[in-house]
Amino acid sequence: MHSIMKRTVAAFAVAAAFAVPAKADLSGDLTIFLDTSNPAPRATMEAMIARFGEKHPGLNIETTVIDREAYKTQIRNFLTANAPDVATWYAANRMRPYVEAGLFEDVSDLYAEPEIGAALASTKGALTIDDKQWGVAYTYYQWGVYYRKDIFDELGLSEPSTWGEEKANCAKIVESGRACYTIGTKYLWTAGGWFDYLNMRTNGFDFHMDLAAGNVSWEDDRVKATFGNWAELIEMGAFIDNHQTYSWQEALPFMVKGEAAAYLMGNFAVAPLREAGLTDDQLDFYQFVKINPDVELSEDAPTDTFHIPANAKNKEAAREFLRFATSADEQTIINNGANLGQLPVNASSGVDDDKFLNQGFEMLSTNSTGGVAQFWDRDAPAEMAKVSMEGFQEFMVKPGNVDKILAKLERARGRIYK
Amino acid sequence: MFPTPIEKQSSGAQIAYKTMLPIALLMWLGPLLAVALFSVKPDTDFTNANYWGLPSSFEFTRNYGQVFFNSDMPRYLLNSFLITIPTVIGAVALSCMTGFALGVYKFRANLWIFFMFVAGNFVPFQILMVPVRDLTLDLGLYNTKTGLVLFHIAFQTGFCTLFMRNFIRALPFELIEAARVEGVSEIRIFWFVVLPLMKPALAALSVLIFTFIWNDYFWAVVLTQGAESQPVTAGITSFNAQFRAAYHLMSAGSIVAALPPVAMFFLMQKHFIAGLTLGAVK
Amino acid sequence: MTVSSDIAKDESWFRRNQQTIAPWLFLTPGILFFAVYVIAPVFQSFNLSLYEWDGLGQAEYVGLRNYEDLYWEFSDRDAFYIAMKNNVIWLAMYLLAIPAGLFIALFLNQTVRGIRIYKSLFFFPFVISQVVVGLVFSWFYDPTFGLLNKFLGIFGMGPVNVLGDENLVTFGIIFAGLWPQTAYCMILYLTGLNAVDPEQIEAGRLDGAKGRKMLWFIILPQLRPATFIAFVVTIIGALRSFDLISIMTEGGPFGTSRVLAYYMFEVALSEYGFRMGYGAAIAVVLFLIMMCFIAYFLWSMYRDEKGH
Repeated sequence: MHSIMKRTVAAFAVAAAFAVPAKADLSGDLTIFLDTSNPAPRATMEAMIARFGEKHPGLNIETTVIDREAYKTQIRNFLTANAPDVATWYAANRMRPYVEAGLFEDVSDLYAEPEIGAALASTKGALTIDDKQWGVAYTYYQWGVYYRKDIFDELGLSEPSTWGEEKANCAKIVESGRACYTIGTKYLWTAGGWFDYLNMRTNGFDFHMDLAAGNVSWEDDRVKATFGNWAELIEMGAFIDNHQTYSWQEALPFMVKGEAAAYLMGNFAVAPLREAGLTDDQLDFYQFVKINPDVELSEDAPTDTFHIPANAKNKEAAREFLRFATSADEQTIINNGANLGQLPVNASSGVDDDKFLNQGFEMLSTNSTGGVAQFWDRDAPAEMAKVSMEGFQEFMVKPGNVDKILAKLERARGRIYK
Repeated sequence: MFPTPIEKQSSGAQIAYKTMLPIALLMWLGPLLAVALFSVKPDTDFTNANYWGLPSSFEFTRNYGQVFFNSDMPRYLLNSFLITIPTVIGAVALSCMTGFALGVYKFRANLWIFFMFVAGNFVPFQILMVPVRDLTLDLGLYNTKTGLVLFHIAFQTGFCTLFMRNFIRALPFELIEAARVEGVSEIRIFWFVVLPLMKPALAALSVLIFTFIWNDYFWAVVLTQGAESQPVTAGITSFNAQFRAAYHLMSAGSIVAALPPVAMFFLMQKHFIAGLTLGAVK
Repeated sequence: MTVSSDIAKDESWFRRNQQTIAPWLFLTPGILFFAVYVIAPVFQSFNLSLYEWDGLGQAEYVGLRNYEDLYWEFSDRDAFYIAMKNNVIWLAMYLLAIPAGLFIALFLNQTVRGIRIYKSLFFFPFVISQVVVGLVFSWFYDPTFGLLNKFLGIFGMGPVNVLGDENLVTFGIIFAGLWPQTAYCMILYLTGLNAVDPEQIEAGRLDGAKGRKMLWFIILPQLRPATFIAFVVTIIGALRSFDLISIMTEGGPFGTSRVLAYYMFEVALSEYGFRMGYGAAIAVVLFLIMMCFIAYFLWSMYRDEKGH
């Protein structure tokens, strides 16, 4: 009796808690700027916004989708002039300039709400600067090696787990006339991904973060060790030629055509690969190999985020939208295989039963004990990220320049982290 | 005439010349013809690596249809028109006045003001970039066509003044003197005597400025950002990002972006060339 | 009587004033626009180069530190040095448009049927936006399917990745830029050739001058005004080049095709660029370099004016 009463009261309380936001009648305009310009994410967002619109018929929602690369330059402009009410962006150091300039709204109040605070605990850290939160994550995704299972089978290879196995695999692939990895470094961040993994595997998560924070010299032996490992792959012919000319999308056809066997990428690469005709029998995923056996495995798992600009006009509706987007149900829907194909940030959401999402989720929950990084250009300050990624690109094309490059990065560090 | 007219040379030379002309033209326009070829191919040609063969199907309507109906390209084109035409009107109007002032009147500051306009026309955009952007932001005109138009009018006044002033100086001064003797006021002299004589220069300058402003990229990138106000030069990069690696669409988009000034050029060739060669012929 | 003479006096006073006031009336709108958008910003940029500003928050006065940083970058052979080096290369190579334009003008200066269409079509590239020129040549140079590699393949030469090779990239971009610039010089020279004095040519022919001698001694001197304008426009264009680099390589690969105009933009407004003051300093350097040329041109024009 007692317990039934308790449960009923609890149910009422929960229902009431849920009822309060739903009762809020929003009106006016809601302007949303999105950078989800690739076709699949774009459709996902538009559908989610439509569902939000159905819940709040009095609200006039205007959505603008800006090209993802162009968005990275335009955000500073529209945050100052004509700010929308909701804008997408990234966490950690990438949002720091805007936080410090007071252009993002402090949304710590959202995290104080029980529903959100518990559900978004995993990504709270990335969104925190100065003990306050400045946005919410709406998705995150694993990074790892996506490979052509059929090519591996043809050559009799299996998923490597140590550095030695990796190099042996690669040697066989190169022998067969293919490249081990496709990559497009025209937009430098893809080279940053390789650096992240090689450095975290060689020296560990804490060292990597220290380096990003400017506390370690670029000419330190440990950094040189990372580049040494990288050079082994480059000199083996592991990467495709002329990658500095291609964007990551233009590098996809090499893997589709079988001229390259694998791609170190985020999970968002799966959708275009599937669209280009690769089946799930041909595609598989493995976690980047262990290099240094003493180092715990850590992964890149960047988040994409929603923020409310400080100059927004309809902050109430914006907050409601953020609650909606991070709610358990929405998170399950937008992150499933038919939509973003990524991982939900809400701890109560379900992960879609997709081959890659399952592997990614398991990797991140159980096999990534060292830590989770946001990605090099978000963990490092902007200028350092730019100079270093240029250096990575140069290194990949001319590994012999390593000393010159490291010296240049060290000089930049002296100037940037004053 | 120099070089020796071809009719006066051997028939061998004539034939050689007449065959070399089209070959030279093909080589010259080669890269552009390549893009035109890409724009009528289906996307399967690209995935099958059939780049340089004849298109396996002629997809003109489909590709260009996509560009016109399935993208923001018409919007960009409209923006370009809405930016270019007011600029032409504004710059030409302002420079008629400044050219008239500097060309007709003698006063001490005349040459220095003229040099200010000329020098200003040659400054690198970058020295203006941050202050102009801030000014536009402060005026609340960031990401508006008006903001771009105002800047372009101001900047082009330099070149246009140079152009107009030289043209007006070449006009017969006696007409103005005669009008003054008649007691005509200066403003009426400008409007009724000089302006009608400037028509060819107005035409030439308008065509030139149309082309310059239509083709501007830097200021479009600095002062605008979205499809609501971006002209086609900046828009084509968004378009290409949207259809990245879809070469048939990117080529079609590029051709569409290039067309209006080309059409303008072919329609108004004489004016165009007259404008460009001002001062080349004394 | 007095009334009419009063009127006569008023009229002439007004007209006298008219002639002094009128030019300023006509000049004011133009000068106002120009001052606000061109003159003032130059000084504002000079001022801004003394600050450190991320474009979002407060500006911090740092004196000449930005210029110091530029100096160290230069001596360390970093980005600023590469940008300057590339600008020098641009200056030197872009001038090739002038003889190239002359050559094509001479080639087309005939009266065969349809030559007008040929002339128009040769002029085509100038009318197209530099953005499209950049795209067209990016595809021309593409290592997988570009026309250039097809062409080289005919001669058995290996595929080249022009835009991905640090040694070739600047030349590749300049080559793309020469396309419209040569067209422009060509038109200048075609018009100039039209105005060449036929009597002098006849006289030269009678004297037995042919081909190169005729060109050098008789034609070219008459083309001086065209050459002067060609120089001015080409040099200004070389130092200003931004569009092509932005479209074709974004300064890459790893910054080797950077020029000052693009570097400034990168540092101040691009994705990772939050240094407006530093960008202003680079712009000031570029401006000072161009001022040397501008001053020279103005001085030549001044001499011309005074000569009249």
